[in-house]
Amino acid sequence: MTETLIRPPVDTPPPPRPPTKRRRRAVAEEPGKRWLIHLPLVVYLLFTLIPFYWMLVFAVRPTGSTQLVPWPITFEHFDTVWNDIGFGIFFYNSVVMGLGVLVFVTVLSVMGGYALARFKFRGQKVFLLAMLCTQFIPGAMMLIPLFVIFKSAGLLNSITGLIIAEVAFQLPLSLILMSGFIRNISVELEEAAMVDGCSRLRAFFAVTLPQLKPALVAVGSFAFIGAWNQFLFALMFASRQDKFTLPVGLSYALGEFNTDFGALAAGGVVAAVPVVLVFAVVQRFLVQGLSAGAVKG
Amino acid sequence: MRTRTWAPYALIAPTLVLMAVFLVYPIGSVVYYSLQRYNVTQPWKNGFAGLDNFKQMLFDDPLFWQSLAFSAKWVFVEVGLQLLLGLILALIVNETFIGRGMARALVFSPWAVSGVLTTGIWILLLNPSTGIFQELSKLGIGTPGTSVLGNPDTVFDALVVTELWRGVPFFAILLLADLQSIPKDLYEAASVDGASRWRRFTSVTLPHLKDAIILSTLLRAVWEFNNVDLIYTLTGGGPANQTTTLPLYVARQAVDSHNFGYGSALTIAGFLILLFFSILYLRVSKFGSRA
Repeated sequence: MTETLIRPPVDTPPPPRPPTKRRRRAVAEEPGKRWLIHLPLVVYLLFTLIPFYWMLVFAVRPTGSTQLVPWPITFEHFDTVWNDIGFGIFFYNSVVMGLGVLVFVTVLSVMGGYALARFKFRGQKVFLLAMLCTQFIPGAMMLIPLFVIFKSAGLLNSITGLIIAEVAFQLPLSLILMSGFIRNISVELEEAAMVDGCSRLRAFFAVTLPQLKPALVAVGSFAFIGAWNQFLFALMFASRQDKFTLPVGLSYALGEFNTDFGALAAGGVVAAVPVVLVFAVVQRFLVQGLSAGAVKG
Repeated sequence: MRTRTWAPYALIAPTLVLMAVFLVYPIGSVVYYSLQRYNVTQPWKNGFAGLDNFKQMLFDDPLFWQSLAFSAKWVFVEVGLQLLLGLILALIVNETFIGRGMARALVFSPWAVSGVLTTGIWILLLNPSTGIFQELSKLGIGTPGTSVLGNPDTVFDALVVTELWRGVPFFAILLLADLQSIPKDLYEAASVDGASRWRRFTSVTLPHLKDAIILSTLLRAVWEFNNVDLIYTLTGGGPANQTTTLPLYVARQAVDSHNFGYGSALTIAGFLILLFFSILYLRVSKFGSRA
């Protein structure tokens, strides 16, 4: 009905079936070799978890204690970092920044991804190439000009400024990912809705958007985690302590409290818990979403 | 239907504006600064410098070559080990066993942890007085009071292991996603033909993973080259510049010395080197053509 719509190739792979439980008896054929899975798994779990545990132990045991299984536990270090050092404020700033980046990156990457996936337009290749090229630009190396821009725009010491910069840096990759997801969704239903008199916008919201849910979760959580962990810009563009985010606060804690490991550990727990929880919830969607074909774009 | 002609442009307009202001314009100014003497602490010397910055970099700055060599070593070792361990980990958690969902969530979790936080965690773990080596020495393993981060002989290994801790999950997640898209009948057919487990891995799994491996190693190499958070906070590039990468050198030129002109010249060098090797890598590895 319109030549500007790109039809997906005929051999578009169907969306992956939801993994059924015990769909294949893994090593049942060679039962004696189960240790080949269990042994390395346990070793790797130890490698992953011991560092986390070490931080937790330091955070809840009294200063001076060297117990490896501390009891009774204390919350004095959390009280210190949250109230005295200002991690309460850093936490708030990080939440605002994470959610701001999440919203803008998700919305803008759906818009741009839709344009790339469903239209053919002049300059499309240049646009795509430019976005790929941005992936080679080292963030550290943009510090100098960005600082000049931020200063003249009055965006130093502002969470808004940080959100804008982070969105600009995250957007290219998210947009490319999102266009891959959208391309994998059949265009036929959308066209049918438009033949029935829907506007393109309504067709998108009614037909395509609901199918994009795993993609939105994947891109959105990527954006949140990336923003939560952003360090270099946050360090350069915020000199006032009430505008610090958690990584910046933590980096000062690394230097200042080189002897106060309890405070460092408690600050680390505060910074780790939200992002590790978010990740534990979404990692399943992440793997599913990526295997739906985004890797192959 | 005429609206179609401007619709895609309207959709990408916000992205274009952001990219223009925060990516294209800064790149332009980096190019401009690289041809200038521009030092905030010595403003009276500022002015056009031609290619002086680049001459100094190539012929007169041993730290440039040293940091470049360390960057290469860092990227090669990190990406190689992350790929190997990530592939093994992906194969393991792709098998069926009790508690698999939990195991995946746990082993993937360091991926979500920032470089600064990783530094904090590993400083606690490796500290000489209450760290893991102290506890191990109580069990008779190693010597007490070992400071792996302060010792020039062990600082590289400590840095590598620390970055592996949060880097391996990246490969494991991407490769697991790709493993799950392999049609099951391929394995069944191979089994019927009497192919061993190893044979099935080399002739079904690896060829299928090829593009994902090429793409993830490239992305990761660029990322590891550019990433400064962990090294900046863990060793600061020391001891004695031993662990200074090129981007870290640039960051220090900008933050500590305020030498914007020279820092910009180093930036251009880093960008060109990265672009060159990326294109070379995609060509040599024949990305997109399935073996």
